[in-house]
Amino acid sequence: MDIHEYQAKERFALEGIPVPPGQVATAPDQAEAIATEYGCAVMVKAQVHSGGRGKAGGVKYCNDPGEAREHASNILGMDINGLTVEKVLVTPAEDIEAEAYVGVLIDRKHQAATFMVSPDGGMDIEEVAASTPDRIRKLSVDPRYGLMPHQALWLANFLYDDPALIKQATKVVAQLYDSFVNSGASMTEINPLITTPAGEVKAIDAKMSIDENELFRRPDVAEMRDLSAEPSSETKAREAGLSYVKLDGSVGCCVNGAGLAMATMDLVKYYGGEPANFLDIGGSSNPDKVVSALEIITSDPNVKVILFNIFGGITRCDDVANGIVEATKRIDIKPPIVIRLTGTNEELGLQILEEAGFSAYTSMDDVVEKAVELAKG
Amino acid sequence: MSIFINNDTRLVVQGITGRDGSFHTRQMMEYGTQVVAGVTPGKGGQTFEGPDGTSVPIFNAMDEAVAHTGANTSVVYVPPAFAANAILEAVDSGVSLVVAITEGVPVLDMARAHAFARDNCVRILGPNCPGLLSPGQSKVGILPAQIVTEGPIGVVSRSGTLTYEAVFQLTSVGLGQTTCVGIGGDPLIGTNFIDCLEAFEADPETSAVVMIGEIGGTDEQEAAEFVKAKMSKPVVGFIAGQTAPPGRQMGHAGAIISGSAGTAEEKMKAFEDNGIAVAQRPADIVGLIQDALA
Repeated sequence: MDIHEYQAKERFALEGIPVPPGQVATAPDQAEAIATEYGCAVMVKAQVHSGGRGKAGGVKYCNDPGEAREHASNILGMDINGLTVEKVLVTPAEDIEAEAYVGVLIDRKHQAATFMVSPDGGMDIEEVAASTPDRIRKLSVDPRYGLMPHQALWLANFLYDDPALIKQATKVVAQLYDSFVNSGASMTEINPLITTPAGEVKAIDAKMSIDENELFRRPDVAEMRDLSAEPSSETKAREAGLSYVKLDGSVGCCVNGAGLAMATMDLVKYYGGEPANFLDIGGSSNPDKVVSALEIITSDPNVKVILFNIFGGITRCDDVANGIVEATKRIDIKPPIVIRLTGTNEELGLQILEEAGFSAYTSMDDVVEKAVELAKG
Repeated sequence: MSIFINNDTRLVVQGITGRDGSFHTRQMMEYGTQVVAGVTPGKGGQTFEGPDGTSVPIFNAMDEAVAHTGANTSVVYVPPAFAANAILEAVDSGVSLVVAITEGVPVLDMARAHAFARDNCVRILGPNCPGLLSPGQSKVGILPAQIVTEGPIGVVSRSGTLTYEAVFQLTSVGLGQTTCVGIGGDPLIGTNFIDCLEAFEADPETSAVVMIGEIGGTDEQEAAEFVKAKMSKPVVGFIAGQTAPPGRQMGHAGAIISGSAGTAEEKMKAFEDNGIAVAQRPADIVGLIQDALA
């Protein structure tokens, strides 16, 4: 789960990381009022779950409240990488002398939270890693000991020469680790961590993603989910216990298992079609889940055909077939449905489907080819 | 032969009285797995009724279960909030393999559990995995037994149902398996591709390996280099997620392209560059294995 910059800054502030003040506005008037309150030049920053906000014109410097109003009015409602900006953060503009980068993510190879720091902040860290890897220092934190003080110092030493700055950065590094752990994060970064002319170190931008598996024990973090930042179909899927990602194609996919769901999407592409979504209905053959899945898929106007790909392992094919028949009785579905059903109790399942008038297949390739043909109409 | 589990596997089921635990315990026993104990805190002294009048003693804790039954392997069906503790307890109990089926365990909890397992030289498989099955010998986890048969192919995969798809196709043309291993869809897993490839290479009964990967991370790329450097047996690969958009989690917590890293394209190229035949579709796996064995 991604959270917004202003929310990540709230998480940082809880651990004592220096962040500039800031308030969220959802209307230009509000942005103007906040800028007036600060009485200085401000930044108006789009709050969307996407990188490249600056390049898209979603981050603007404003000399006075009038400019804040004008820029907020342009940014609110703006589309950034397919996401609509619903909120802006208004925050005093800072004078910047230097920019550094401090990030933590889960490193799969070392199986641990891992720091990446660089004195070259303000740019995409992947670019820094690719072009000047010697400008990055990495450290995996042993989960048994946590981040040790000398390790925080070792990271800070890489960022600055001035002892006063190193001292501040050492603290920030340790606080960022605490923020990562206490938020149940899977990734967080400060980019840039700036130095002001007065010699202060501050986090002026913040990113954080939360491990979904942590939310059950962190209600304060779970509350940060912004439903306006995701398609309503994805919210509905999550509430129904389905794993769904909306895509742009016309073949609606409904599959049991994440790996098979991805392989099904790939096969749609292989046969010249485009998948409309990723959807894993899991191991359940509960008709309610099938109904939810069908409602979600058919809410996408691009969908021209619905493709079921079910491999019955522990899940029984006859249960799934009954689920599909039951679901289609409960809701009216316009696009044609093609079904592949194989595995446990396959014959029974196919019989149930054929009696209900569905075309059912046993081979994954055959059903995908048919679906693509129907989608092309 | 087989890898990780065989006729000598003596299994303890953690969470044996739960809905999933009890269902799959019966399935494993029907397959012939030696389930010697169950653990559910607070239910010690009771017995679990298995198929055909068999029964399994239930203990309150792992150490008691191991002491009384000589169990050497555990399988975890405990709900996510308690799964990491169950894994730690298993690692501390003297078993040598812990198979964690549970999906949804917090990643930072698993970082600690994996470190603890390494310190104690215990293998963790998973979490968020379907387990493993050595046809004709033992099944630990949730893999459907009816799709496997004994034979010379090793199968290792990050996915569940996609593995079933591949195994089912192998079985339908008479290509049986030594062991089918689902290593799990989480970002931090205890047993990776290389661990399985190394074991299949050492297993005299295995003559070829099917490796099924997906987007996210670099485990497949490292495995590809391992295949080139260390393996004499042919390996056929498949990668799911060619159409997955970057930055979006595709069901599995670990199936996410971060920045430009972990794409299907990158992994398929690593396979090709290191002499692994790449199946474009699941249906091509069988043909490539037949070519490799010819």
